[in-house]
Amino acid sequence: MIRIENIKKSFSDKSVLKGISATFEQGKTNLIIGASGTGKSVLLKNIVGLIEPDEGQVYYNERPFLRASRDEKTEIRREIGMLFQGGALFDSKTVEENIKFPLDVLTNYGEEEKLDRVNFCLKRVDLENVNSKKPSEISGGMKKRVGIARAIVNNSKYLFCDEPNSGLDPQTAILIDNLIKEITEEFNITTIVVTHDMNSVMEIGDNIIFLHEGLKLWEGSSEDIIDTEVKELQSFMFANKLVRAVKKLSAEK
Amino acid sequence: MKILGQFMIFMGSLFVNKESFKTYIDLFFEEAVKIGVKSVVIVAIISLFMGAVTTVQTAYNLVSPLIPDFVISQVVREMTLLELAPTVTAIVFAGKVGSNIAGELGTMRITEQIDALEVMGINAASYLVLPKLLASIIMYPLLVVFAMFLSLVGGYLAGTMTGVITPEDYIYGIRFEYNSFNITFALIKSVVFGYIIAAISSFKGFFTVGGALEVGQSSTSAVTNSCIGILLADYLLAQLFLG
Repeated sequence: MIRIENIKKSFSDKSVLKGISATFEQGKTNLIIGASGTGKSVLLKNIVGLIEPDEGQVYYNERPFLRASRDEKTEIRREIGMLFQGGALFDSKTVEENIKFPLDVLTNYGEEEKLDRVNFCLKRVDLENVNSKKPSEISGGMKKRVGIARAIVNNSKYLFCDEPNSGLDPQTAILIDNLIKEITEEFNITTIVVTHDMNSVMEIGDNIIFLHEGLKLWEGSSEDIIDTEVKELQSFMFANKLVRAVKKLSAEK
Repeated sequence: MKILGQFMIFMGSLFVNKESFKTYIDLFFEEAVKIGVKSVVIVAIISLFMGAVTTVQTAYNLVSPLIPDFVISQVVREMTLLELAPTVTAIVFAGKVGSNIAGELGTMRITEQIDALEVMGINAASYLVLPKLLASIIMYPLLVVFAMFLSLVGGYLAGTMTGVITPEDYIYGIRFEYNSFNITFALIKSVVFGYIIAAISSFKGFFTVGGALEVGQSSTSAVTNSCIGILLADYLLAQLFLG
């Protein structure tokens, strides 16, 4: 479980996060949604420690993370796996080396054990025969899968995904969404996904937080969201014609 | 002053929260090949021509019958050991290796690869930069020794083939009043230059902000700042050791 308390962050004079508190449950796919520029990615980077917030605290299973000692932070970070927007795979390494990387640097496993783990993770994300390919030789969807495999290879307890569907066709996007949800439930990990894709919201959102102008305006599940009374959330959701049609159908029924 | 402070903090961060010694050994050898071995060809070409041109131009200027021919190779030796091999090669090294380091780290920064390392709990500065710094400090002096040798060979070939000096006079001049401190001084300079190039280029690349355009700007800035640093250090070291 991850708990955040009163996270505030400003850049120069601009206040991006204005005191956000939330709890992200273990074994659930937690979504942070909102329009572009509302502070979703900044919040995610604050949670994983890539950006230091001005105020607030982040707890990983009740262990305080921000302003913890370097060793304590490193210990928590080694339980974190993250899928970046562009994959963030190491260009100079092959797919296999990319996935094996956290094991090489952070563990004392033998080579055979590492390769077994890599192959298990590759199989889990439905990728085969790509071990020796470089990131430049695989598609965007495959890069995301490799990114997920790298994120879970070290038995991570926390999985963070920053816009996992960006740049993907709708079919591949759904596959990636489902993969994230399956992995979350299978390994009982705490997953936080930043997205503005309404398909993801409806498909995998166990717990959803809606951000607007740096504030948390709404929290609930994908079942509740369609009936929301929050105007800002309504205009965010129903900007999509398809979602408007679903809403209309649901009202008719 | 702010940038200098940021640079000092960056240098300090290389030595905290390090990974295992074996990790650094593997990375060091990888970088030594990239930085040192892959620079051998360009250093060889430059050194050969540097020695050849110095010989021909020195001969052109020494027209007095009162000056013996072996002075030509003596001048070539002094110029090569004291200045040409360590400093001119450093400028070329900054262009090749410095731009490569800044471009690589800048690209890793904008594609979030550095963030990926940080999230895993790895000190990205130490993991990525320390091996480059050590490889540059160790490999650059070796390249300078290689450049010294080839520059003198280039001078010999140009001098003897064009007939401006006999082989005997060239060898005599090379050995005449040889001062071994010049080699020591050249090696001290090359260690400092190796550090300046790797440190400045890494700093510029590591803190790249933006996109592809900014990566190009970081590379350019890495090379120009390294060259200024080299020339400044060259003067200060000359004043300190020879002044």
